[in-house]
Amino acid sequence: MNPGQLTITARGDRELAMTRVFAAPRELVFEAWTRPELVVRWLGVHGGWSMDVCEIDLRVGGGYRFGWRGPGDARMGMRGVYREIVRPERLVSTEMFDGSAREAIATMVLVERDGRTTLTMTVRYESKEVRDAMLATRMEQGLAAGFRRLDDVLISLEGSGGC
Amino acid sequence: MERIGYERATSSRLDATFAALADPTRRAILARLAAGEASVTELAAPFAMSQPAISKHLKVLERAGLISRGRDAQRRPRKLEARPLGEATAWLETYRRFWEGSFARLDDLLEELQGGPPRRRAPVRRRKVRPR
Repeated sequence: MNPGQLTITARGDRELAMTRVFAAPRELVFEAWTRPELVVRWLGVHGGWSMDVCEIDLRVGGGYRFGWRGPGDARMGMRGVYREIVRPERLVSTEMFDGSAREAIATMVLVERDGRTTLTMTVRYESKEVRDAMLATRMEQGLAAGFRRLDDVLISLEGSGGC
Repeated sequence: MERIGYERATSSRLDATFAALADPTRRAILARLAAGEASVTELAAPFAMSQPAISKHLKVLERAGLISRGRDAQRRPRKLEARPLGEATAWLETYRRFWEGSFARLDDLLEELQGGPPRRRAPVRRRKVRPR
């Protein structure tokens, strides 16, 4: 995979996996992912959005809370609880966006090779239906314009149906 | 905390949309309707399914707001409603944009932490090699 390219694929019944390669050792990626003073510099910080709440209690059972402020005073927030922490290779947490009833389990795995780190984030949804809907994209191509645009969102369906 | 607009407006409708889209028969029905409105008989034709079975799928799609009934009272044709699909697409696009934008920033941060310049904002560097 080319570094810098974000790939989203299906895994098993209820999961989506996101893969991205970074030109850095995994210790550093893990730090950037878990230290508030670093997280506020990148997570969701683009397109006019800034992070003004970033609380991380990095221990099993500890919580995190993120809040963003966007254009036109828009706000967005998410929170969750850490379930598993294996520094610097694995982080499992729950995640729920403010205003949503959909809780998901996010598993972040870092694999380092030749100084590069492949990050895989698996998000497990509460139901097969929600996951499948995320995949209901490439499907019958050449549909309404809305469907076509979905192809851009999920660029790869390789691995669909298998884990 | 106040919620982001699209989330507040469409969260439960998105659930219905996604659930409706999860079934291959229903996706095929939508594909057919994307080409223009069609009656239940016409919709049932390509499938090895009874009309009642098709009608059941149509009800799910209708409840999700993905299709509606056309004007012709006799044929009672179904037609595609573009908006819920557009909302589902927008949700996914927002998700993808969120991560792509974030990771681009993370690239810069990681480079900076490793002692390099922020990549995309740095001017092109030309190393001058002076002969001794």
